Amino acid sequence: MIKKEVVVIGGGPSGLAAAIEAAQRGAEVLVVDSNLKAGGQLFKQIHKFFGSSAHRSGTRGIDIGTELLEEAEKYGVEIWLNSVAIGLFQEKKIAVERGLDVEDKKLEIIEAEKIVIASGASENAVRFKGWTLPGVMGAGAAQTMINVNRVLPGERILMIGSGNVGLIVSYQLMQAGADVVALVEAAPKIGGYGVHASKITRAGVPIYTKHTVIEARGDKRVEEAVICELDEKWQPVAGTEKTLKVDTIAIAAGLKPLVELAVMHGCECIFDPLLGGWVPLHDKNMESTYPGIYVVGDIAGIEEANTALEEGKLAGIAIAEALDYISSEEAKKLKDETWERLKGLRMGPFGEKRMLAKEQLLAAAEAAKGSAEEHQIAASAGA
Amino acid sequence: MSLAETGFLTIEEIKKLGKYPSEERFKKGPVAVIECIQEIPCNPCESACRFGAIELGEPITNLPTLNEDKCTGCGLCVAKCPGLAIFIIDKAYSDTMATVSFPHEYLPLPEKDAEVEAVDRSGQVVCTGKVIKVLNPESFDRTPVVTIAVPQDKAEEVRGIKRL
Repeated sequence: MIKKEVVVIGGGPSGLAAAIEAAQRGAEVLVVDSNLKAGGQLFKQIHKFFGSSAHRSGTRGIDIGTELLEEAEKYGVEIWLNSVAIGLFQEKKIAVERGLDVEDKKLEIIEAEKIVIASGASENAVRFKGWTLPGVMGAGAAQTMINVNRVLPGERILMIGSGNVGLIVSYQLMQAGADVVALVEAAPKIGGYGVHASKITRAGVPIYTKHTVIEARGDKRVEEAVICELDEKWQPVAGTEKTLKVDTIAIAAGLKPLVELAVMHGCECIFDPLLGGWVPLHDKNMESTYPGIYVVGDIAGIEEANTALEEGKLAGIAIAEALDYISSEEAKKLKDETWERLKGLRMGPFGEKRMLAKEQLLAAAEAAKGSAEEHQIAASAGA
Repeated sequence: MSLAETGFLTIEEIKKLGKYPSEERFKKGPVAVIECIQEIPCNPCESACRFGAIELGEPITNLPTLNEDKCTGCGLCVAKCPGLAIFIIDKAYSDTMATVSFPHEYLPLPEKDAEVEAVDRSGQVVCTGKVIKVLNPESFDRTPVVTIAVPQDKAEEVRGIKRL
């Protein structure tokens, strides 16, 4: 068994931010990442980020990814690539499968003093007739194809979903040379930012709100998509079907936190649709209900890269404090500043609901902690 | 129909905010038009302007406000806005023509003097335009800014060109 001081599972923005914060204050940090390169979704994000200009906004995600990897190297963060955390067992033991090929594959068990789970999220599916045809894919998959692998998934795209992912990936598919024939959104209003929507409408993409896809047709792959209007009860309106000549249907129907590892280790979760489904409870240090295990980024509720970076920082600072690398006064100052920035990012009509959901999650975590302490008192009183 | 339903702004929606440059200012030459009406956490436009013409402050979800007297129409903010929502309009370009400068992150880039199809916010072609300049310095960080000349009465409609 290998022993490590801090292990971060997942090298996306939140995981790298946590690793950098802890390592620059003296902690020994290992990041375990399943990909060929760390950086998570950042290397697919070729657009300029929103946020505060004091904190890298206006910078493209790919460039933020490069900066984070440079910082991680500078502070001596060890990174295992092609390494999948396949299990998390009490007491803070991580099973990691290293290597890509069957022959190379090796199982390592790591015991860590502190664990950060930054496993991210997976894309939600939408089921309709013909949805298993080749050419139907997640918007994230299409984005990986164009921006990481430089392969165009198709030439004529139908995008499902108008959240920021659907809008941004539509734009990037056009930058890559494809035509986006239409974007459909089941809700009466566009979910993502108006400025992202305007980029694609300016490029001639019609956005159909109160519409959905009902069928993908084709012999060996997608050749046509049938869309139709939805009524007030979100039911298809007969006679409104439209057939579109497309070869790709990209689905951007939201994300779901990858909570399996946290659940395996007994971290308490709650269900909140606003945060993407089941999410582990965490306190203001991003510590789960299991002491020494932290959750950051999309696993702690679906948001975006800026908030993921800040959450990662919070966990890194809290870990440096818990391991006595920094004083609690210094930690408090750093955490307060980070919380201020997080608050700023969660303001406005698009952030408010998430802010509220996160506050409820924090309150639920406090309550869970309280009842655990009561149990302990009751148990010791009983003894 | 509004931005949240169609995906594009109408000139009425933009003007309703009361932040649109005045006609007197337009007469003086190029000026920035900021088409940002939703309170999203974003403020790079504020620090992009070296003349202090864009005010936003705290919290960062505030909408930007243009001080039209300070704005020189230099266009530095156009490439900096992550929302690609800032345009430079010069209604005083000539007696009959105006220019519109917009971010254009597509390849190939149009050539200077080329005739292009100018589109409005919904992507509809409204007229032809002539490319006056294409700026793409390193400081724009891969967001080229294209300036085209269009008939003056189209200056408030044209916001881009058809992809080449």
